[in-house]
Amino acid sequence: MTSTLKISELTKTFSGVRALDAVSLTVEPGSRVALLGHNGAGKSTMMKIILGLIPFDAGTVDVCGALPGSAAARSEVAYLPENAAFHPALTGEEQIGHFLSLRGQSPKGARALLEHVGLHDAATRRIGTYSKGMRQRVGLAQALIGKPRLLVLDEPTSGLDPVSRRDFYALLDGLAAEGASVLLSSHALTEVEARTDRIVILSKGRMVATGTLGDLRRSAALPVAMNVTARNGYTSEIAKALPGAIIVGADLRLTCAQEDKLRLLASVASLGDKVADIDVVPPSLEDIYSHFSRRDGQ
Amino acid sequence: MNRILATALTEFRIALRNRWVAIAIALMAVFALVLSAAGSAPTGDLGVDRLSVTVASLTSLAVYLVPLVALLMSFDAVAGEVERGTLPLMLTYPGARVEILIGKLIAHLGVLTLAVVIGYGLAAAAAFWEDPEAAAGLPALLRLTWTSVLLGATFLGAGYALSSLSRRPSGAAGLAIGLWLGAVVLYDLGLLAAVVADDGGWFTTDFFPVALLANPADAFRLFNLAASEASAAAAGVAGAATSIPLWQSALSVLLWPFAALAVATLAFRKVTP
Repeated sequence: MTSTLKISELTKTFSGVRALDAVSLTVEPGSRVALLGHNGAGKSTMMKIILGLIPFDAGTVDVCGALPGSAAARSEVAYLPENAAFHPALTGEEQIGHFLSLRGQSPKGARALLEHVGLHDAATRRIGTYSKGMRQRVGLAQALIGKPRLLVLDEPTSGLDPVSRRDFYALLDGLAAEGASVLLSSHALTEVEARTDRIVILSKGRMVATGTLGDLRRSAALPVAMNVTARNGYTSEIAKALPGAIIVGADLRLTCAQEDKLRLLASVASLGDKVADIDVVPPSLEDIYSHFSRRDGQ
Repeated sequence: MNRILATALTEFRIALRNRWVAIAIALMAVFALVLSAAGSAPTGDLGVDRLSVTVASLTSLAVYLVPLVALLMSFDAVAGEVERGTLPLMLTYPGARVEILIGKLIAHLGVLTLAVVIGYGLAAAAAFWEDPEAAAGLPALLRLTWTSVLLGATFLGAGYALSSLSRRPSGAAGLAIGLWLGAVVLYDLGLLAAVVADDGGWFTTDFFPVALLANPADAFRLFNLAASEASAAAAGVAGAATSIPLWQSALSVLLWPFAALAVATLAFRKVTP
């Protein structure tokens, strides 16, 4: 099967500043790719180029076998903009009906789509009265029109509460299972962790990391922290046995490289009854994300 | 085609909710009624029917009011989408940009046509009330109606072009008012001043008629007054150029809407969201 999206050596400069610097990315059918980065890292720029909204300077972009922004590409691609906005005078049903007509479908399907994203009660109310989360759902509903082959979602979960966020990812799982590719952006790794197949981290227009969460965790090679709780009175004895431990009250804090983890655990275990408890704290998603996105001297 | 109609339907809905339909109709109706009331004093002296006189007055009204209403409805068309942040999503949907403009044009022109028909209809009813012979002026009224719609289409297109160029509603509003002042008010004043200064020379004989035809508002006035029996009743700039053949002013009135839409499309294509 051919790739849904193929980007190679994509470069875009805004008045002398490199917004994207030789970025290459391929998205296969049915895969969910998360694009991470700070504000200004180039996520939105990359999405707008894929959608054909802005031109690019160098490289190639192939969207479903067509040029970005061409009629063929637009009929296969759905977009959810960051802070989805709609005309406040229209009702949700009218707005979705309009989008359905633009894709050559009957506007009568609007109600079903709104129900699909949990907005059936507000369908006949004007969008001007909606909350941010509700507008985001209208945006999501329009992105589902006509089984797109590629969904480009710019910070789709911003403004959604945790329950809605989970519903949203469940929806994406369904779409991906049917063969749609999803490219979504986010500020936070914690949001996308288990729900995407691949993570791409952009920093100042350059792709600094790509892979599954496991790949990123391994290649970041961040130290593991351990928290050892001593039984009454044994704190100093344990500290002697574990060089480098920092005493915090009755606890001892240790850090070690990934490959030393098991050896350290063995030496803690050999202390036997003197240890009341032990917690192993792997590097958090935030730590991993900061590691990659700040590597360029930020 | 379906996409154009969908856009037109949505835009008409928005115009209805934003009270533009009500405002445009009320504006045209009030002005048309005031005109027919004011014009009812000198009855029958001109030897023409009441409706023809009313049409001559309505022509002078329409040349100011129709462009104004058209520009007011259109200046927000692209700049408003940019400001609300609705443009990027709209542009990722299938369909050419010109389809979006044509859809908006159909909706706005529909509102304007409704306002024009109701306004002129009220004035005509008043004319019939006073003069049973008013039916003689019906062809002139019909001509005024369809040329008013075309004049409206021209200035709607111009409004879309300005809206695309400025990309901010406030800037677009300023440009629209500027265009209205320039094309409808100052253009004629400038020409008149030049004609007076020229005193019957090359400017008056050769350039002046072309300059009148080049302005959609003047071409509209020329066509309606030259074709109407009552041209003597409302002279001014038009009276000075009765030498211009009717087909030339008609051609200008017919071509301007397409030219304006073409310029608007070019300007809209340059907008990067």
